[in-house]
Amino acid sequence: MHQMHGAGETGAVQPAIELRGIDKRFGAVHANKEIDLKVDKGTIHGIVGENGAGKSTLMSILYGFYQADAGTIHVDGKLCDIRGSEDAIAVGIGMVHQHFMLVETFSVLENVILGVEGGAVLREGVDKAREELKRLEREYSLNIDPDATVGDLSVGLQQRVEILKALYRGAEILILDEPTGVLTPQEADHLFRILDTLKEQGKTVVLITHKLREIMAATDNVSVMRQGAMVAHRKTAETSPEELSELMVGRKVLLRLEKGEANPAATVLNVENLCVDNAQGVRKVKNATFNVRAGEIVGIAGVSGNGQSELLEALGGIRSASEGKVELNGQDVTPGKGVDAAELRRRGVAHVPEDRHRMAMVTAFSAKEAAILGYEDDPAYQKGVLLDWNAISAATANMMSEFDVRPDNPDLKAANFSGGNQQKLVLAREIMRDPELLLVGQPTRGVDIGAIEFIHKRIVAMRDAGKAVLLVSVELDEIMSLADRILVMCDGAIIGEVAASEANERVLGLMMAGVDPNEAKAAEGQA
Amino acid sequence: MDTFQLIILLLDATLRTSTPLILAALAGMFSERSGTINLALEGMMLGGAFSAAAVAFYVGSPWVGLLAAIATTIALSLLHGFACITHKGNQVVSGMAINILMSGLTALVGIALFAQGGKTPALDKGSRFQPITFPGADAVKDVPVVGPIYSELLSGHNILVYVAFIAAPAAWWVMYRTRFGLRLRAVGENPGAVDTAGIGVVAMRYRAVICSGVLVGMSGAYLSTAQGASFLQDMTAGKGYIALAAMVFGKWRPFPALAACLLFGFLDAAATRLQGVVLPGIGEVPVQLVQALPYILTVILLAGFIGRAIPPKALGRAYVKER
Repeated sequence: MHQMHGAGETGAVQPAIELRGIDKRFGAVHANKEIDLKVDKGTIHGIVGENGAGKSTLMSILYGFYQADAGTIHVDGKLCDIRGSEDAIAVGIGMVHQHFMLVETFSVLENVILGVEGGAVLREGVDKAREELKRLEREYSLNIDPDATVGDLSVGLQQRVEILKALYRGAEILILDEPTGVLTPQEADHLFRILDTLKEQGKTVVLITHKLREIMAATDNVSVMRQGAMVAHRKTAETSPEELSELMVGRKVLLRLEKGEANPAATVLNVENLCVDNAQGVRKVKNATFNVRAGEIVGIAGVSGNGQSELLEALGGIRSASEGKVELNGQDVTPGKGVDAAELRRRGVAHVPEDRHRMAMVTAFSAKEAAILGYEDDPAYQKGVLLDWNAISAATANMMSEFDVRPDNPDLKAANFSGGNQQKLVLAREIMRDPELLLVGQPTRGVDIGAIEFIHKRIVAMRDAGKAVLLVSVELDEIMSLADRILVMCDGAIIGEVAASEANERVLGLMMAGVDPNEAKAAEGQA
Repeated sequence: MDTFQLIILLLDATLRTSTPLILAALAGMFSERSGTINLALEGMMLGGAFSAAAVAFYVGSPWVGLLAAIATTIALSLLHGFACITHKGNQVVSGMAINILMSGLTALVGIALFAQGGKTPALDKGSRFQPITFPGADAVKDVPVVGPIYSELLSGHNILVYVAFIAAPAAWWVMYRTRFGLRLRAVGENPGAVDTAGIGVVAMRYRAVICSGVLVGMSGAYLSTAQGASFLQDMTAGKGYIALAAMVFGKWRPFPALAACLLFGFLDAAATRLQGVVLPGIGEVPVQLVQALPYILTVILLAGFIGRAIPPKALGRAYVKER
């Protein structure tokens, strides 16, 4: 079942990591089923799988965050009893978590030495650490000021602090959990160059991701997980994205969405010089001007936190505009002046917010309650002054069959559905009102591949039915496959527009980093 | 020299009134910088004050009373920790519960032991902390300016006053210059970072609340065996909350918190001195307003008018490993 590569073939060198029969349950959830894994020394090994396939659990067991119910961990051929992070660190395992484990108010240096201070009084250890840090930085070209406050650093630099932390602790094996989720494509490229340097120095890297492109570009070997089980091991050079995605899902999936040409008609949404401030008075959206026509999908790309969320929330009526105006079918609907979310819904604007749990549903509600949120005053749901639960149940059942929500039980608590099914329910609630304009944020965040395919098809069907769609997503792949026109936001401003047919990752990535669109296209021309 | 004399007396009183605030505010800081809200300062102070007075009365030594006070407040801190850290309970509720519990329990035990309506018997000289006179204080007394400052203002306080003023720089040193302080601050900002660095979050937070207990115990003992001569029912009269306000006012930092305690102590001393005084143009000084000033100032601060007070990021949140 295992393939041997490189040094492994001689039999003289032990694999850096070997997991045998790792098994872990959380209550009724069987998160890891009898997992076997070998990671060769000095390689970059990818672990790929859908959300909830058990990748993060497996790595958390390896790093001592959880204890396995059964199975053994061998590092460099030696059986290790890893009961906590300190044990993992002691055998040379370092981890870069998906959500950084950094203290934002501390300097880089303080973050790095936390836990390995080298003495009860800081000064003794700090001077030594500073020297060591400089050496590591030079060796791996990490370019970080040790005295900078971590909270002031960009996400990409914060990630390098995490890598530095692991290296400072003498890590020989580095685990990275979904490291590129928050990076621009250029930052991600830089990360992969760092990983290559690490490999050249003889370190072993385990890369957990659900992005097949990264697996193909960066790894030597890849293991695929599905529903808690390890289903395949491949040499990266001998596999393809199609094979891997089929292994991940268990059936064939379309990686490229098939959609016809858009037929844009009249302008539905017209936004002029829209400015939005946050609660602290910081301007998050700066003079946004664009329109969305009937029968097209306009995508807004950008690194998370560049004003897309605020723009979407303002258009949905949750935030007020500070300046500028918004028109819907020629009528003024600038958010704030008597125009709120309820008014916009009455006028045919449907909004699927970015954060499902915080804004789109109440997870403690039953599915049928979640399915009428925001439309609970619809006469169809009323019986006198009371809610007509029979009608609501029927409507929910209809949404569930139409959008393939499983299990199709309107009385089940919303929290008990998987992320993909929760999202399908929210989309059903909004799309089945047959709105003029659909605002949709991160439609497939935390959603498995099978459901992604379904959700994408429904959004394209909206467009083909002559509706206007505004899509905000931080997944470039999603924007490029769904949108007909792509707007790029950086630091609150829309810095350019690219037709989907002309878009590619490099141009969009440069624009997301704030490079002028013309320069970005010129740079692409030279490359 | 009348005004000068008045100022010296006022500052002298300020040192005495701010001492319990400083000790309690630093206690609050240790707990809160590690992520555990400590609303229980008021109740812990009360418990410490009672234990100190009762034990000092029986044993006849303020030092044994002080140890008893610290033992009591450490026990209460562990109770608070057990509810908030081990069982991840609501930290505000636990704190308030301890305050209510101690208000009733000190009165109950006091009546049962001494039958003086909740008071403890008055302590004699040997059972209280006595003023310490600096060498040469009497000699320089009549030297202008420097003399009164040395002999009246600096000299002649009890040991706990000096401890409080040493405690502030000591707390700063521990917080910012030691491994313990680094980890303590980290666990209040991002416990996940501490856990993944291989340090126990729970143990770290317990150590922080124990530090908090030691300091607030001294504060309680000061009230009943140094400043006063017995325990009186509810004698803290909101000092625990004022200390908490001073800690917030000082943005969870030792020196600004010290300054806030001095300011609040000064307002308290001024309010006492201004009682019944009629000022030209104003009329009788509204003492209640002066006494309310610490709270008003804290509210203004929290509203963001005097720079921003940013609490530790993980304050109030028990640590749960993410799934």
